Amino acid sequence: MSLSFSINGQPVRTALTSDTPLLWVIRDELDLKGTKYGCGIGQCGACTVHIDGVAARSCITPVGAIKNKTITTIEGLDGDGEHKLQTAWIEAQAPQCGYCQSGQIMQAASLLKSYPQPTDAQIDQVMNGNLCRCMAYVRIRKAIKIAATSLPSSSQQLSDQHPTQASIKSSISSTGSKV
Amino acid sequence: MNKLSHLGPFNTLEKSRQVSRRGFLIGATSVGFTLAFMPPEVGANDRDDLVDNGAAAALNDASNGVFEPTVWYSIDPTGIVTVNIAEAEMGQHIGTALARIIAEELEADWQQVALKYVDTEAKYGYRVTGGSWSIWHNFDLLSRAGAAGKKALIEEGAKLLGVASYECSARNSQVIHKDRSISYAEIVTRGNISRVYSAQQLLKMPIKHPANRVLIGEDTKALDIPDKTRGKAVYGIDASYPGMVYGKPLIPPTRYGAKITAIDDAAALKIVGYQRTIALTDPSNTVPGWAVVIADSYHAALKAAPLVKVSWDAGDTAGVSEQDILDRGGALIESAVGSLLLDDPLVDTNFAAAKEVLQRRYTTSTVLHFPLEPMNAIALEKNGNWEIHTGNQWQSLTLPVYAQALDVAEEKIIMRSYLIGGGFGRRLMGDYGVPALLAAKALAKPVKLLLSREDDSRFDSVRSPSVQDVSMAFDQQQQVIGMQHHAAAGWPTEVMAPGFLGTGTNGEKYDPFSISGANHWYSVGSHRVRAISNDLANKTFRPGWLRSVGPGWINWALESFMDEAAHKVGIDPITFRLKHLISRGRNKGAAPNSVGGANRLVRVLRQVAQNAGWGQDLPVDTGMGVATTFGQERDMPTWCGCVALVHVDRKTGKISLQKLSLVLDAGTIVHPDGALAQTEGAALWGVSMALHEGAKFVNGEVEDTNLNTYTPLRMSDVPAMDIEFIENNYQSVGLGEPATTVVAPAIGNAIFNAVGVRLRHLPMTSAAVLAELV
Repeated sequence: MSLSFSINGQPVRTALTSDTPLLWVIRDELDLKGTKYGCGIGQCGACTVHIDGVAARSCITPVGAIKNKTITTIEGLDGDGEHKLQTAWIEAQAPQCGYCQSGQIMQAASLLKSYPQPTDAQIDQVMNGNLCRCMAYVRIRKAIKIAATSLPSSSQQLSDQHPTQASIKSSISSTGSKV
Repeated sequence: MNKLSHLGPFNTLEKSRQVSRRGFLIGATSVGFTLAFMPPEVGANDRDDLVDNGAAAALNDASNGVFEPTVWYSIDPTGIVTVNIAEAEMGQHIGTALARIIAEELEADWQQVALKYVDTEAKYGYRVTGGSWSIWHNFDLLSRAGAAGKKALIEEGAKLLGVASYECSARNSQVIHKDRSISYAEIVTRGNISRVYSAQQLLKMPIKHPANRVLIGEDTKALDIPDKTRGKAVYGIDASYPGMVYGKPLIPPTRYGAKITAIDDAAALKIVGYQRTIALTDPSNTVPGWAVVIADSYHAALKAAPLVKVSWDAGDTAGVSEQDILDRGGALIESAVGSLLLDDPLVDTNFAAAKEVLQRRYTTSTVLHFPLEPMNAIALEKNGNWEIHTGNQWQSLTLPVYAQALDVAEEKIIMRSYLIGGGFGRRLMGDYGVPALLAAKALAKPVKLLLSREDDSRFDSVRSPSVQDVSMAFDQQQQVIGMQHHAAAGWPTEVMAPGFLGTGTNGEKYDPFSISGANHWYSVGSHRVRAISNDLANKTFRPGWLRSVGPGWINWALESFMDEAAHKVGIDPITFRLKHLISRGRNKGAAPNSVGGANRLVRVLRQVAQNAGWGQDLPVDTGMGVATTFGQERDMPTWCGCVALVHVDRKTGKISLQKLSLVLDAGTIVHPDGALAQTEGAALWGVSMALHEGAKFVNGEVEDTNLNTYTPLRMSDVPAMDIEFIENNYQSVGLGEPATTVVAPAIGNAIFNAVGVRLRHLPMTSAAVLAELV
């Protein structure tokens, strides 16, 4: 059996078993390495991609669940890599090691669809599920605000579709705290 | 270089510096100017050379037309200056900073500077990225390398212009004579540029007066960042190799001593893509008792792994708990064992004569590195030579281990460099490469080994739990006449790099990284510092060097204790510290690294008090706490003061960190925005370890292996931060770690000032606050 979906505008068929996590399909079958493996349990956000325009954790999404859906990865967020979030990320000099940043940017793209002018509290609420182990949070937050005040990039409407409040909430994982 | 030169272990580092300088000379003399060919189209952020495994070899093809006056950079006929980066790029933007140092003296046009992260080759000398050493270690070397290139270009440019070289200057990749100029590109293309500098000439190569710098100290965008926003940055985990298979380890129940008794993979055979499970034989004893699941894909390996039943005879630490390790540390402190790092005359006399003695015990829990990119490596053999593709921080320590594991000469192994998805000291150990090499050897094919997140935590070289006793003797007038600091923890250096151990005044060995901080800059009368290796910790796990290493727990105890001492004698904690920061005797400081000594700590302490508004009235249950650190080592001090503003909820015990104020003096700052980013990250690491992290050993293994129970700081936990650097032209030191260690004691001291609760264990929890409030 095989199933079809599209990724970054290209139709794809895969013969992998339906329980294969989308993450490994993207990385190892489709050779799109920008989407990262971090925790494997949906709690670090490094594997975040858009499914039909909504941020989701590809490490816990079985490929069987995306039949006929539209996937966008960091490579497809903007054809030239110049989505307003990407340019804002450079302006704010946000990345350190950079490993989490594809996921951060994809999550932030979802955030801006729901909250075009997000407050700090809204940014925290949506971005809290994305761990930055280098702790570059100050600059990630700053970059989101830079992007929120800039003009929309031409491709954003193409890549981010049908955002809903519920879907944003569903992507926030509980991080807990020992305090 | 004076850094810790009085200590044994750093003699080795001193040698490494000499090696790298020698490498520099070899590059400048015998290798000549055509060593490496960089295709002109390889730009600053083009990492294709690391993606395409064939390209790295091609780079060694000699080709004419490139000016390479040292091993550290080359200039091609189009004028592109390619800087060879031998340090690991793991978020500190080190390539950018090192290239700025070269470009400054070379007078290169920054727009034409590209970076190349180099593989292991002897010519680059000793390879280690850690200890906040990179800038400090390379500043002078690379400055003079840049100056040498500029001198050669001016001489040759002057010839081409038909003028005297002493009438020429260089700026922006141009040699300039009055109103005429010639570009570096043209000089390299047309000129006959060959220069040989003796060691003495290089050492005496003049470099700029700080006032004339145009790049150092000026902000720039880091060259490694754009690719990291586009999913194009290539980390070790992103590498692939034709014909490779995937491996996922099955890790035994104890770090040492486990033996496989049976492997039953019958249930795994039904998994499509599963190949087999192999038991590793490891002559280096890095991964004793490991098995590796081999599959066509990683997801197949992940799926098959739970279906493979491995039976082990566990080692003798299978029952060890976190508390056992802490208890052992306490017992060792109470015995007489250990190495005396400091043992002034009259310590016992002064303590016996004291009117009062204050003694406190501080403890810390296990901490995981938890870099977001799990450990991974691709290993393969080609015609008797071995390649390993992986990000690593200490190649010079790692290669001999690989040689032992494979039973081949070290020269037969090359490590290909990749970006690192989080270092924090974890990748100082190259241990994760060993199972990849052993599996590739056993299967005679390339193997990509990848640890799952849980594997990564179980195999981590964690920051050891620690136990410390600190005491101070006061005379009749409440003056300090003596101090003692006894610290017990697992020692990474003892286990992995014993050549770096120091020798104490009693002849016993100590791990300098695990005691640094206790040899502080306060004048406290007769001072004794005893470092104790926790043998149970060393047996149960491999203690790791984790961001800051010893100061992470040492400074927690020291700076919490300084506050307790201040409160005991009824003096403001900042005033108490200032009173004991006297720039004389051994705290006077020495050129070039610690000019000014304790006075520079006074300066940052006063500044941070002012910036934070120390002494102002605060709302109820809210307090400020102060702490200082001198960073990583006495002989490379980064002076730092911190004030934390904390509110404590008396009902829940919740600790709310509202603000951190930090002032740092790190000497000359090369890349200001990079320095700020490092300090932001380091300070938040400090917060995370103070309030959010902490793992626990249960039955010989860490219990917390993923984010469901291991909970590093998230965005909503970030406090307001006010960070200031003191501007001066002193020796450039380190910034990767120092802010990490000053935060926890500042928070603990603030909690005390807020609600009167003194916490002496890390992490600080609401439960611990509540227990004391009741």
